[in-house]
Amino acid sequence: MASVAFVSGFCIMTVEMLGARIMAPYFGGSVSVWGSIITVFMLALALGYLLGGRLSMRSPNALVFASFYVSAALFSLPIILFADAIMQPIFLAVEDARYGSLLASVVMFSVPTTLLGMISPYSVRLLVEREEHSGQMAGLLFFVSTIGSAAGTLGTSFYFVLWFEVNRILWGAVTALLIAAAIILLAGYMRGSLGLRVRGHEI
Amino acid sequence: MLGLLLLALAAPAAGEVIHQERSLYRDITVEQNGPRRCLIFNVHRGDRNQTCIDLNEPERLVFSYTRMSFAGLLLNSEPESILVAGLGGGSIPMTFSDLFPDARIDVIEIDPAVVSVAKDFFLFEETANMRVYVNDARVFIKRAGLEGRKYDYIVLDAFTGDYIPEHLLTREFLEEVRQILNPEGVLVANTFSTSRLYDHESVTYQRVWNEFYNFKLPTSGNRIIITRIGALPPRGDLTGAARRLAERVEKYDIPLLEYPARMSTRVDWDMSRRILTDQYSPGNLLRD
Repeated sequence: MASVAFVSGFCIMTVEMLGARIMAPYFGGSVSVWGSIITVFMLALALGYLLGGRLSMRSPNALVFASFYVSAALFSLPIILFADAIMQPIFLAVEDARYGSLLASVVMFSVPTTLLGMISPYSVRLLVEREEHSGQMAGLLFFVSTIGSAAGTLGTSFYFVLWFEVNRILWGAVTALLIAAAIILLAGYMRGSLGLRVRGHEI
Repeated sequence: MLGLLLLALAAPAAGEVIHQERSLYRDITVEQNGPRRCLIFNVHRGDRNQTCIDLNEPERLVFSYTRMSFAGLLLNSEPESILVAGLGGGSIPMTFSDLFPDARIDVIEIDPAVVSVAKDFFLFEETANMRVYVNDARVFIKRAGLEGRKYDYIVLDAFTGDYIPEHLLTREFLEEVRQILNPEGVLVANTFSTSRLYDHESVTYQRVWNEFYNFKLPTSGNRIIITRIGALPPRGDLTGAARRLAERVEKYDIPLLEYPARMSTRVDWDMSRRILTDQYSPGNLLRD
């Protein structure tokens, strides 16, 4: 479970770091472009935490959990496949690069980031077995996913952009998310908790 | 002993700081040393001067690379529309404005603080024909391309030596620049002469422009790329143009006659280097 939390944190920051690079050809490299990206990521994560927490109330299971990863991967595909098709009309319609970059960030990044944000509270619910452990579990998960974020930030900005094209890095993130989903499903299957049980609690 | 100390204190420092501010993009320092006033970005990191002017003779261009930016006149000596990306202290656009008062001059500068400093300390003034746009060069040029605006003379001087705007190094960017250059127009780009980036930039320019003049002087650490859309003129044409123009640019201290011999089309970079694109442009990681 810890490894998949690492992957989600890693992918969030990899996409965020690349966001500025993806948008620079249309909206430039000014501070406001970074402002747009960070704002959208923060809002999307906030929304994701809310939704993920709410969903965890209804018979939490590994299948739903894995689907967050799969759908985050799928909704990241437009960033790879349609970035120009998305940014071109926005560039034409919005003269001010600040609002242009904000709008483009919303369109490209809000959905996958919201989905990735849903992972944290949901994984807390899946892991907590006893009430007195809930804080400890939440702490552990936030620790692992934030370490993942740090690694994604450093890896992307120091090395990946030097070795690979932007889209190849994004394909790497998509692949990592799908592998994480596979790990969750496998672990869930082995525990017999695929939508039926939550770690020992028969539903 | 005390006298010595006083003497040491009284001795003129490297220059007196007359203005200092931290903008969104960099630390800006203005230093005055006798009649010479210099603009320095990120002084604590030991950056070189960005621009200097001599207040007694403000037309004179103090820096070699600033003067070199006018070598493009050898390919187009009567530009009617000029684009300068990167304002600095404003000496390049001001010289253009002085040389060609009727030309339309657009200046792009990302940092509004640099615009105020150029106006307050470096005698820069906008005129009816010369306007500064606070914008990212990529955004401005892309939009100019869509609106069909074109220029006779484009100067790319947007690199401060500190942080490199990587989206201004790519093949796609150069293609956008090409779109806004008139068929007779000339592109002058101040680029990197050292580090791995030299090779990467050279192959990228080569891809988009086929050939270009590589212009270097021993007095300057800069490498200036000069090119145009069609084939480059024979060197004889450059020498002829230099002779015709030399007198007109004398007051700015531009030694135009020396330039043709220094403009080379010889390939002196590693051709196997990867081209910089919007997908791959780690300029800041390729500097050393």
